[in-house]
Amino acid sequence: MTDLPASTQKKLGLVIDLDTCVGCHACVTSCKGWNTENYGAPLSDKNAYGADPVGSFLNRIHSFEVQPKTGPAQTIHFPKSCLHCEDAPCVTVCPTGASYKRVEDGIVLVNETDCIGCGLCAWACPYGAREMDPVEKVMKKCTLCVDRIYNENLPEEDRQPACVRTCPAGARHFGDLGDPNSDVSMLVAERGGFDLMPEQGTKPVNKYLPPRPKDQDIDVLAPFLEPVADSPKGFLGWLDKTLEKL
Amino acid sequence: MTFQQPKIDTSPKVSDEVRQTTCYMCACRCGINVHMKEGKVAYIEGNKDHPVNKGVLCAKGSAGIMQHLSPARLRAPMKRVGERGSGKFEEISWDEAYDIAVKWLKPIRETAPEKLAFFTGRDQSQSFTSWWAQAFGTPNYAAHGGFCSVNMAAGGIYTMGGAFWEFGQPDWERTKLFMLFGVAEDHDSNPIKMGLGKLKKRGAKVIGVNPIRSGYNAIADEWIGITPGTDGLFILSLIHCLMKAGKVDLSYLAQFTNAPVLVNEDPKSPEFGLLLTTEDGKHMVIDRATGKPAAFDAPGVQPDLAGARRVAGITHRSVFQHMADKYLVEDYSPEKIGPKIGLTANRIHRIAAELARVAFDEAIEIDQPWTDFRGTKHEKMIGRPVSFHAMRGISAHSNGFQTCRALHHLQIILGSVETPGGMRFKPPYPKPATAHPKPHCKVTPGQPLDGPHLGFTHGPDDLCLREDGSPARIDKAFTWENPMSSHGMMHMVISNAHAGDPYKIDTLFMYMANMAWNSSMNTSGVMKMLTDKDETGNYVIPHIIYSDAYSSEMVAYSDLILPDTTYLERHDCISLLDRPICEADAAADAIRWPVVEPDRNVKGFQSALCDLGARLNLPGFVTETGEQKFKDYADYIVNHERRPGVGPLAGWRVGDGAAESTLQHGRGAPNASQLDEYIKNGGFWAEHIPQEAQFYKPWNTAYQDWAVKIGLYDKPTPYLFTLYSEPLRRFQLAAMGHGTRQPPEHLRERIKTTLDPLPIWYAPLEDGYVDPVEFPIHALTQRPMAMYHSWGSQNAWLRQIHGHNPLYIPTKLWEAHKFAEGDWARVTSTHGEITVPVAHMAALNENTIWTWNAIGKRKGAWALEDDAPEATKGFLLNHLIHELLPPKGDGMRWTNSDPVTGQAAWFDLRVKIEKVRTPTRSYPDVPAQSSPVGRGPANVTQKIGNS
Repeated sequence: MTDLPASTQKKLGLVIDLDTCVGCHACVTSCKGWNTENYGAPLSDKNAYGADPVGSFLNRIHSFEVQPKTGPAQTIHFPKSCLHCEDAPCVTVCPTGASYKRVEDGIVLVNETDCIGCGLCAWACPYGAREMDPVEKVMKKCTLCVDRIYNENLPEEDRQPACVRTCPAGARHFGDLGDPNSDVSMLVAERGGFDLMPEQGTKPVNKYLPPRPKDQDIDVLAPFLEPVADSPKGFLGWLDKTLEKL
Repeated sequence: MTFQQPKIDTSPKVSDEVRQTTCYMCACRCGINVHMKEGKVAYIEGNKDHPVNKGVLCAKGSAGIMQHLSPARLRAPMKRVGERGSGKFEEISWDEAYDIAVKWLKPIRETAPEKLAFFTGRDQSQSFTSWWAQAFGTPNYAAHGGFCSVNMAAGGIYTMGGAFWEFGQPDWERTKLFMLFGVAEDHDSNPIKMGLGKLKKRGAKVIGVNPIRSGYNAIADEWIGITPGTDGLFILSLIHCLMKAGKVDLSYLAQFTNAPVLVNEDPKSPEFGLLLTTEDGKHMVIDRATGKPAAFDAPGVQPDLAGARRVAGITHRSVFQHMADKYLVEDYSPEKIGPKIGLTANRIHRIAAELARVAFDEAIEIDQPWTDFRGTKHEKMIGRPVSFHAMRGISAHSNGFQTCRALHHLQIILGSVETPGGMRFKPPYPKPATAHPKPHCKVTPGQPLDGPHLGFTHGPDDLCLREDGSPARIDKAFTWENPMSSHGMMHMVISNAHAGDPYKIDTLFMYMANMAWNSSMNTSGVMKMLTDKDETGNYVIPHIIYSDAYSSEMVAYSDLILPDTTYLERHDCISLLDRPICEADAAADAIRWPVVEPDRNVKGFQSALCDLGARLNLPGFVTETGEQKFKDYADYIVNHERRPGVGPLAGWRVGDGAAESTLQHGRGAPNASQLDEYIKNGGFWAEHIPQEAQFYKPWNTAYQDWAVKIGLYDKPTPYLFTLYSEPLRRFQLAAMGHGTRQPPEHLRERIKTTLDPLPIWYAPLEDGYVDPVEFPIHALTQRPMAMYHSWGSQNAWLRQIHGHNPLYIPTKLWEAHKFAEGDWARVTSTHGEITVPVAHMAALNENTIWTWNAIGKRKGAWALEDDAPEATKGFLLNHLIHELLPPKGDGMRWTNSDPVTGQAAWFDLRVKIEKVRTPTRSYPDVPAQSSPVGRGPANVTQKIGNS
């Protein structure tokens, strides 16, 4: 019901390294802190100190276990926020035009003054990346910190999304994925970055870098260390000879 | 609808002002930028210039605004009006609070100062709080290190003059193989995450050794799901393999460790097993150049690792030969060790080979000449790029001290400590145990204690015993039970005070220590001890004063509450005298300052101690005319001098140059504007270590001279790493009957066995008391990265991340007990039982269960609703862990602690589990406490511009 732009000048997005993410949630609260104080209505927390607190977050970490064919089970920490899809179904489904994709950088935003809180976009998003604010009843989603990345009141080095700036392990990268020569595009090429659920046909801009293989050859025999002696006495003989050479 | 795009403001004003201070959402002490709007805290981010976090900030730090605005904040001083534990209080004035405290404390100071037990928790002002306690005159002071991680600190300092975290860190820029032992997600949190990120970026290998694959182990390239409590065996087997293959750094060992020092092997000598010394009292080596004995530090001496000396018919051999005797035996072979620790022999062999390959075949060199303490010049710095980190995973076992020692041995034989690519100390470390104070315990009524409470013992003469041989301290630290308990034993204070063993006390005074809940072993028992009354109807522990910023569980058990501020409302100094924030290439310290003033009748605890110290007329806290000396903590920070020219903060002191206004760093006179200088500089001071002094610090003349210049040492203090520990041997010798100060009979065998001068492994003590067939399962806790102990659950954002803590069960046990999602289990130890929700986890040692630490809360605490999941489903393992070992029938109270250091052995826990019908809540069900601050609001909509 709402049109997407025919094309965007840039495809700004995130590259998230699943080999490096330790699941610390730094990006989650830093996002909450910036975005509750900035773009749109605050990110509220309903029943904040009670039995079932429900707050809106634009970014969450999910943890999974993976059991490979061989070797021990693995734990994967998986941060998820809006992927700023090229064919964003959350935009086209919007009855009021409140959801839109920006021409200049491809960021998907919600114009809160036009949002009627119908929730259709959240249903349409295959990633579950949009959240209805439980108090303000307006749709919330990652803005890619559109009020940081161009913000002339911030030092240039800070003009990046809050989650990227804060990530202690450096697992989050921000840039133009439409430019094949950008740092993020080259990182994706080098590490085999992938799309989340490509079969949905949404063409997500954000990319994930896969975990590197783990627990390889943990029980292989070679190469063991060669003993220099079989007994403490033999060891001292070796020691004497070796010290002579030092 | 056709495409339309509204115009938005992409350059909104960020804030009115940025105030830079130090985080306190955990103990890591990162620099933060606090963005202010309308005079209020609007947004917190990391400080890019700060040496600790370089701009990044963890989940806790970024959620600091919710801690600052927590509904659980205390509002005013309070006195208890209900029964202890009820949480019923009346708000009072500060004057009344001080009057009550003085009424209790003044008489005991004048008659028996030891009747005050003053213990602080996660205190970052220990150099100040200990100084206060010393002035009071009680021997009973410590912080919570004995509960937390003293094995790691003491194991490192006794072995090599430093440990991990505050003491040292891997050379993240250069290391090629990193091995991480145990849970490490809570302390040094951002630096380790930043370091792991660097390793990942350049593809360096990370090996995680932890029964549980959470946190950092999730991204480890190789995970070793070791059996809890057996890390020491694994490490000793690696040492066996490396020594047997000659893959040890002989040159490093000969020059920088006591491996070449000769051991007295004369069994008739009173110094049997101690190290030989020269006539001037220096450790003796054989010089390879001359074949003759020499002092270890004689100019140009080349210590011989294979040195031996025959005296009176007896051969005295080097420490290194003793190590060969000990570690080359087949008992430590991977084939013998593998089955005991849950690994194959091949895997141990392979890891040893990998360590050797990286250390020696991939050695690195830096073209940086340097000169050692013997005057020998070195053209290059040779690096062994393997590094290690460990914290309480190995520390919180009763064999933890020796395991920590073993880990440091491993690093040292590889030549990777203080060399490029290995582990690097952070100033004021390296600092050997001999450069630290010894413990002091001499009590004189009305007078200060005879010296600092805590320190390092070097033999029986240094123990804190009274004339009759009984413990001088309430926690029994520095006694034969735990002779090297450098951090005290906070976990024993309440238990011993309740038992009157070794004596009764009058007032328990605590700060920031949630002893009635997650900071104790045996939580249910402690709550009972705190409320127990004697036959006259008075509490067994007569008075309890407590300072906290929040309505914690411990508040409810106290008689008098001194309300502390939040971390954004206070002054603090993170001092070189205490627990500094230095990095491996810089000395640094930092402050906190009130970026906002409190809006409640609260006061920084340290400022309250300044007031109280003056009212008690404590030396140092009053002027010569009897006036209060420090009006608050800030005044102390600026004007106190510990030694002439050395104060709490090293930056911007007044120089002795021609112009009086010359400011200098390190030593200097107090500067009235010092805090302003810190604030101008972002809340911290840092001075870089010169290039030629960056590595080999314990032996590097350039480092030693620099350390003297900035006031870390008073004179150069080069030393050898103590692979062989004489303090341990001195206690062992006493247990063998040597010397006049003798251990009680019941401890002789244990001391002989466990205080070995070379690292050993023995089974965790609980294994000796608890039937491993009946209780076959190990139970552990891990530290979530987004939560710090109990503090996080009052935080509206963080509790949405960790509001529940299921008990995680490995596949084998999950299937054996036919658990399904949503099930509950009863978990039983030899001491107690809990009933808790379970969840399946595959990436887990098959005999280990675990949960997150300190998520469970008592109803009514932390301003949470009574039906908060923390109170209904949350739980603590603490109920299962006793502070004492099970009675042996000898009438003794045997502490459940490491026999060397007294570290609380909470990771020794063994349990059994069974499936139970789903209850309505977790058990034990502790009745609610009243909340003196009410409850939090229903909803939070945080936005300054909005309000």
